[in-house]
Amino acid sequence: MTLLLTCKRFLHELNDYLDDLLDPQLKEELRKHVDECPNCWVICDTTQKTLTVYKGMEAQAVPADIQSRLMEAVRRKIADKCGSSGSCHGEHPEPSGHEVK
Amino acid sequence: MSSTTIASAFDEADLVAKAKAGDADAFTDLVNQYERRVFRMAKQITQNDEDAEDVLQETFLKAYSHLDDFQGNSKFYTWLVRIAVNEALMKLRKRRSDKTVPLDEPIDTGEDVVAREVAVWEDNPEQRYSREEMANILDEAVQSLKPAYRTVFVLRDIEEMSIEETAEALDLSISAVKSRLLRARLQLREKLTRQFKRKGDDALAYL
Repeated sequence: MTLLLTCKRFLHELNDYLDDLLDPQLKEELRKHVDECPNCWVICDTTQKTLTVYKGMEAQAVPADIQSRLMEAVRRKIADKCGSSGSCHGEHPEPSGHEVK
Repeated sequence: MSSTTIASAFDEADLVAKAKAGDADAFTDLVNQYERRVFRMAKQITQNDEDAEDVLQETFLKAYSHLDDFQGNSKFYTWLVRIAVNEALMKLRKRRSDKTVPLDEPIDTGEDVVAREVAVWEDNPEQRYSREEMANILDEAVQSLKPAYRTVFVLRDIEEMSIEETAEALDLSISAVKSRLLRARLQLREKLTRQFKRKGDDALAYL
């Protein structure tokens, strides 16, 4: 007779279950537990939804003033390195074509 | 060049090779490709706009200075994240220097994995809120996590790095990443459940 997994065990394995990292046998045991335990079903479902809403978040554009200061700092760094080593190539060390304001 | 154009023609390994060979434009293309994600990650870890800007700049300046050290054993972005995480954690430590809680506080007792709030969510909660409201709800929930949990969740579940890459970026063992990630996910689930649960429902409704 196979004992049912406890809810606590299920919680400990939840990550690997959601990330599909378990061996098939344990995965099947957990699936059965989820089917039979309403609480664990809800926890599994809402944890999956939690991951889904975060994965759907797009990184917003860097604010223009911060982006501008970043590119200026990068430009200076490149110019310093190119100036001291003379090893840079390409048409220019300036990040032209990018949004330097 | 628009970000769309960069993305469609983006070849990280090629750009890194060119940047290492001294092609300045290749490096600025890498900056343009990753600045959004580095800035978002910096904000989520430091929880401070000023610190996040410093982290953003320091990350790319250090990356440029140390390009020769990048051996290509991992993805360039993973290497970049490692620099950014170190910078962000340093900022966080400075901000928290008046407090006694260290970032690497012992947190894994192995016994504290619990789920108290058990309720189904309303359907499509993202449709009830504007994009901005939704982003605020999600950000606030992440920011309420302890730094040790937050950093792991940000890398694994927002930046979608693998467990191994997250462990590498944070200098943690695989088991430590998994343990922290589980707690982070469960805590976020609870916080979001309070926000998104179907009205009138409670745990007992499903028993």
